Amino acid sequence: MNLDSKVPTGPLPQKWERHKFDLKLVNPANKRKYTVLVVGSGLAGASAAASLGELGYNVLCFCYQDSPRRAHSIAAQGGINAAKNYQNDGDSIYRLFYDTIKGGDFRAREANVHRLAEVSGAIIDQCVAQGVPFAREYGGMLDNRSFGGAQVSRTFYARGQTGQQLLLGAYSALNRQIGLGQVKMYNRHEMLDVVVHDGHAKGIITRNLLTGAVESWSGDAVILATGGYGNVFYLSTNAQGCNVTAAYRAYKRGAGFANPCFTQIHPTCIPVHGEQQSKLTLMSESLRNDGRIWVPKNKEDCTKDPNTISESDRDYFLERKYPSFGNLAPRDISSRSAKEVCDEGRGVGPVVGGARLGVYLDFADAIGRLGKDRIVERYGNLFDMYESITGEDAYSRPMRIYPAVHYTMGGLWVDYNLMSNVPGLFVLGEANFSDHGANRLGASALMQGLADGYFVAPYTISDYLARVGPGKPATDSPAFREAESTVNDRLKRLLAIGGKRSPRYFHMEIGKIMWEYCGMARNEAGITTALEKIPRLREAFWNDLRVPGENGELNAELERAGRVADFLEFAELMCRDALDRDESCGGHFREEHQYEDGEAKRRDEEFSHVSVWEHRGDDAEPLRHKEELVYEEVEMTTRSYK
Amino acid sequence: MKLYLRIWRQKNAQSEGRMVDYELDDVSEDNSFLEMLDILNEQLISRGEEPVAFDHDCREGICGMCSLTINGTPHGPQRLNTVCQLHMRKFRDGQTITIEPFRARPFPVMKDLVVDRTPFETIQQAGGFVTVNTGQALDGNTVPIPKTVADKAMDAAACIGCGACVAACKNGSAMLFTAAKASQLNMVPQGKPEKDRRVLNMVRTMDEAGFGNCTNFGECEAVCPKGISLDFIAKMNRDYATASLKQLLGTPV
Repeated sequence: MNLDSKVPTGPLPQKWERHKFDLKLVNPANKRKYTVLVVGSGLAGASAAASLGELGYNVLCFCYQDSPRRAHSIAAQGGINAAKNYQNDGDSIYRLFYDTIKGGDFRAREANVHRLAEVSGAIIDQCVAQGVPFAREYGGMLDNRSFGGAQVSRTFYARGQTGQQLLLGAYSALNRQIGLGQVKMYNRHEMLDVVVHDGHAKGIITRNLLTGAVESWSGDAVILATGGYGNVFYLSTNAQGCNVTAAYRAYKRGAGFANPCFTQIHPTCIPVHGEQQSKLTLMSESLRNDGRIWVPKNKEDCTKDPNTISESDRDYFLERKYPSFGNLAPRDISSRSAKEVCDEGRGVGPVVGGARLGVYLDFADAIGRLGKDRIVERYGNLFDMYESITGEDAYSRPMRIYPAVHYTMGGLWVDYNLMSNVPGLFVLGEANFSDHGANRLGASALMQGLADGYFVAPYTISDYLARVGPGKPATDSPAFREAESTVNDRLKRLLAIGGKRSPRYFHMEIGKIMWEYCGMARNEAGITTALEKIPRLREAFWNDLRVPGENGELNAELERAGRVADFLEFAELMCRDALDRDESCGGHFREEHQYEDGEAKRRDEEFSHVSVWEHRGDDAEPLRHKEELVYEEVEMTTRSYK
Repeated sequence: MKLYLRIWRQKNAQSEGRMVDYELDDVSEDNSFLEMLDILNEQLISRGEEPVAFDHDCREGICGMCSLTINGTPHGPQRLNTVCQLHMRKFRDGQTITIEPFRARPFPVMKDLVVDRTPFETIQQAGGFVTVNTGQALDGNTVPIPKTVADKAMDAAACIGCGACVAACKNGSAMLFTAAKASQLNMVPQGKPEKDRRVLNMVRTMDEAGFGNCTNFGECEAVCPKGISLDFIAKMNRDYATASLKQLLGTPV
């Protein structure tokens, strides 16, 4: 497997400038000879499709929803980072770069992260130009706030709906290109395979979700911007349709899967209420700016009305353990701390599965200090949402929160050009692995999606296209026929099992295994157990699944069955990676490797590499390759947020 | 709780639909409305029947995909809320609940409770953007935008494009949606240069798609999960009148 990262030589701050000059260009008149297929229409996909369309390429864009605007980027609440230093508080490109590398616990690729910080300012400019209504101060200037894990105010936001506004901005640029005929948009189309022709990714196979039609699409390059795989846990903050299928199909066609065990658990979600729950709802991390997190010091107080528990009987555990960052400690640390106090029996809220899994997020101090109006202005929609879901008023009683799966740092391996090891297959946004290492900082996902789509991929794809020249294969070529029949066979197989259990049943089961053994804290025995259970569950799936209806119609259960089938295979890969990475780093916490105070203990000598997995057939074990992480600029230190 | 459900079933866009009755036991009041439908569907699958098709995705009230009319009201009984954020504690034990798709002529039913809202896409493709390519932008603080203007633009931009406004309107009008989209951009300095073209193109496309006219009943505002104000319709009408007048006088727009 060729894992040449293609990181340019030269000093870190000049790499991207220099690389841009070295990239080949496609003559403006020749751009129309190329077709680029973009799968996914979230921040990364929509911004890439729009930008490539503006350049003059023919773009076909696909999404499974009924509109590109519904991609799950829409749900990001808190904000987007940029190294503008508008607040004069000492921010810089280097600081954003360093914070991101450190936040990722030194498991990200240095040059990619520096580039991300370099283009961060241009993203804000672009969004403002599109009319994105960022929050402003009375003087008309852009407002900022500080966000989990940062000591400067560099986060731009649009109420609690930043992801929505940024996506609507990218969507408006995409719409303009659709109206101009430069981009053709295919809604309600799900990608089910990648076509590799003569060693290059040259097409995709989709299923039309309204008619069931399986179709082949040929292009000169393929972009996957298909998001993360958090739904392997069944319960997560992801949308119901989020899935690993596109990335996993690419993996089975030869693309390396990097660091699949790096998943992020978000500290501020609404706790689980019961067995029939379908989704966990995130409360923006920005709440941690003004809310104080605590649990009762004494177990006996856990069932009391929180307002009756005196100050001296409360344990503000983040403030106690991390005095300098307090309630703003990074996500992995905050999440694990919440789990610890709940495991000690000091959790609050209803008993689910034998334990109270919740901690208080208290705004009483902030309301006293700033007045209720300011809190309404800052977080009103979040408080409303909380009330609607729990039936509780968080202005008069503390919210209850608990960690939930939120983001996946792992993804398809890409080089500095965001191209996978399969030439012509580019991977953007959450679907790739490159920028967040073992833990993503708050307000960085939006930044990365848009950086990839607006300011990186348009350059690097042009380079690839200029090198290979135009020439997409016909859709009746052998590679297309083979991929199309693979897809059709699988659909038929799913429909023909005729068992008793629904696709959702198997999804819930795999979710339970993953949360139990490969969730917030992992150990060898647990992961080994999971690796025994998963193949058994997969066998049960292929013997006892029942998918109602037919292929030739809108069939939500057939869609779900295909996604669950891939989760059932992918889960195993994730566990293998979690077992193989015998260290703790960022969101990957192996209980065997921790300091006395419970902090994650990295093993840089053995594990400062990207683990890249190669598929070697359904009956063979995947092979782990390494991309060594070379730090030219930054010295690896132990993260300390105390 | 026990529920009596009356649900619109329709095989596909070509066939006729009808209401079908179902009974559901043991629903927790903490469940969301869509989780209640999940439970029904699991039971239907285990009985060998076709589950009910409905659109949904984020289940946190922001993607705008869910589109159910509950007891005659788009998104159901709770104001400023989407179906996916509606919880069963808003209903009572033994209640009969009628569930239909968003109904409007430009939104044909594709299956059961799933409708096609493509005309919303077409309206935005006609003008719901600022003509600016990637890379052309000035520094974000070059043009100050008064906080009041930015806040008002955000009020309009909060629209999630669900289509409840159309479904609630007796005329099937898309004025609230189109006004939100056009006004957001027409208010901010970045959107001003093509303000006239935008409103003319978006309104024309809206009319061509077969949406009805606005007769100021305000049902749209009442059901809007994001509380988009009727004021934006007034603003769009003013923008439209100005642009039309310019056109009438021969001024290029």
